[in-house]
Amino acid sequence: MTETTENYQLDQEEYIINMGPQHPSTHGVLRFEVSLKGEMVRNIRPHCGYIHRGIEKMCEKNTYQQIIHLTDRLDYLSAHSNNELVCLTVEEALEIEVPERVKYIRTIMAELNRIASHQLWWCSMGMDMGGLTCFFYGLRDREPILDIFEETCGGRLLLSYNCPGGVMYDLHPNFQKRVKDYIKYFRKKLPEYDALLSGNIIFLERTKGLGVLTLEDAISFGVTGPTGRASGFSCDIRKTQPYSAYSKVDFKEILYTEGDTFHRYKARIDEMWESMNIIEQLIDNIPEGDYAVKMKPIIKLPAGEYYKSVETARGELGLYLISDGNKSPYRFKLRSPNFINLGALASMVKDTKIADLVAISASLDLVIPDIDR
Amino acid sequence: MTFKFLYDFSILTQAIDKAITGSMSPFWAMITEMTIIGVLILAFYAVVGLYLVYAERKVCAFMQNRVGPNRVGPWGFFQTIADLIKLLMKELIPIKAADKLLFNIAPFIVIIAGFMAIAAVPFAKGLHAVDFNIGVFYVMAVSSIGVIGILLAGWSSNNKYSLIGAMRSGAQIVSYELSVGMSLITIVILAGSMQLSTIVEGQHDLWFIFKGHVPAIIAFIVFLIAGTAETNRGPFDLAEAESELTAGFHVEYSGIKFAFFFLAEYMNMFIVASIAATVFLGGWMPFHIPGLEGFNHVMDYIPPFLWYFVKTAFVIFLMMWFKWTFPRLRIDQLLTLEWKYLLPINLFNILLMALMVLMGWYF
Repeated sequence: MTETTENYQLDQEEYIINMGPQHPSTHGVLRFEVSLKGEMVRNIRPHCGYIHRGIEKMCEKNTYQQIIHLTDRLDYLSAHSNNELVCLTVEEALEIEVPERVKYIRTIMAELNRIASHQLWWCSMGMDMGGLTCFFYGLRDREPILDIFEETCGGRLLLSYNCPGGVMYDLHPNFQKRVKDYIKYFRKKLPEYDALLSGNIIFLERTKGLGVLTLEDAISFGVTGPTGRASGFSCDIRKTQPYSAYSKVDFKEILYTEGDTFHRYKARIDEMWESMNIIEQLIDNIPEGDYAVKMKPIIKLPAGEYYKSVETARGELGLYLISDGNKSPYRFKLRSPNFINLGALASMVKDTKIADLVAISASLDLVIPDIDR
Repeated sequence: MTFKFLYDFSILTQAIDKAITGSMSPFWAMITEMTIIGVLILAFYAVVGLYLVYAERKVCAFMQNRVGPNRVGPWGFFQTIADLIKLLMKELIPIKAADKLLFNIAPFIVIIAGFMAIAAVPFAKGLHAVDFNIGVFYVMAVSSIGVIGILLAGWSSNNKYSLIGAMRSGAQIVSYELSVGMSLITIVILAGSMQLSTIVEGQHDLWFIFKGHVPAIIAFIVFLIAGTAETNRGPFDLAEAESELTAGFHVEYSGIKFAFFFLAEYMNMFIVASIAATVFLGGWMPFHIPGLEGFNHVMDYIPPFLWYFVKTAFVIFLMMWFKWTFPRLRIDQLLTLEWKYLLPINLFNILLMALMVLMGWYF
């Protein structure tokens, strides 16, 4: 049965189970309407909207400085990249060149944020697979990053560190030392992740060859981020349209061709290594200079349409902005990577088991508030 | 038996028995003895269950870089008692669509299964409630009654999650029961008896895991895997599968009824561990090496119940270690593991053991 109309006809032995909106493995208020035949998943229909807060609409009523604080709440694990996206769009529209120092700071912070996000994903992936110890290993290593964030800008999760024209405050004097110490520490700790989960025979048996997303599907669904790259879709915005200081660093784009759950997992682990490489290349060379360009208190973008995208930990976050020349945008449309990645889930879970459904959706690394916005 | 035991509890138990039978008619004597034993086992059950929960929390905290409970009493020692009081006071939420009778008796069936199995376990010489000549068989039979409770709980809750959990649990326990039985039979061949007290006393020169070397070690490993699976504990906790089925078969239970399932899980773990300790590691028998009389004599001074509890605790620690390091298996992998790997290994192992016993190739 391939049709997914509203009046989906159940087979005689099929039944429907609602996973969510309150369910341990959806990590938020997402509901999967799963039709099952015994243990086998026949069809799945995601229902979103439980945490719709109208962020896009709110953005259309606020000034550009205020919008930044709203975008924190989209994909809260990539708060820095979300902020950065709005700032980059505004700067591009006003044709402001930000100081080199700002570019370096933004890149380092974004990569730290990416590591923290992938760590939390690893925690929840382990937990969804039934290995509860992973959760504490991941949180243990995530904590120092949050401390660095706290020292830099006061926020631990929702940073709001960017502002149009630069960043809010200059770096803390300890910043470089702490980041370097952390990279040294985490290079020792990351192999533990492999020892605990990636090398485990049960984990390998459960993830290898499971939930394959083909390259054609990945491209036609528009799946980006590590999920898309595990299927061989070269979609890293940091490479294809470099922003901030990414053009100055040398890093690999993690690409796999298998597209199964295990390689989505592997892609994220490898990205953590790459992020550490990027930070190491930048941390010693942060140029001196201003940490922000002086901006007018009320920013008005020239009338027109703008599109800018950044690479968050989950994929391409795009912002399509129409300005009519006023102090707030006329239209503020986000291309959310989670929403689009969720669309591909149904094609991956057909004829797998309930346990596989949990593993596959964990490997997509969905953040629900970003789906609903 | 020429071997002399330092701590013989049968003297004590027989004296008590004589005092009771001497003071009243045989009928009332039997009733009194049964009551005393019942109360003792019940108290033991509750205390062990509670402190296994505490131990698990501490062990898992240790594995996860945490401290674990540390507020109620020294090192959080009374935490689980506080939790039990909380669970006792919680509301029992009635389920409208549930099958009331089955829903209510399911937790008791699970508890009774564990309760009956513990009665046959010898804690020290002469310190057991019943000593059957088919002790191993009895424990196996009785401990598998628990699955009926789980199936009933899942079925009568009238919830799809709990039904899936119960069906998984049924498939799992029926399969792994085979491996548990077969691995015990391997040792029964070596011991030449099914009576648990005879099995323990047969290990007075060397524990069976050393005496039967290769096949005994294989049987021990198989028993550990299958035993963990039979208790529905991680990595085989498919019936509960928190991240898939929220809580599986006991998703609709609340308050003390939930606590019964929770306690039963820990008691089952204790039973599997004590069977493993009794059959493979010598139960209450001290560690003896044939030929070293002085060493053996020193070992005899350590009380037998201490030996028994240390061995059981060791096996329990192994089972906790599994749970907190491995991710969960999928249902088809679980059944594949049993039917394609453990069962053939076991059958071969029984043949090997039989051959070994026939040829006298053991220590």
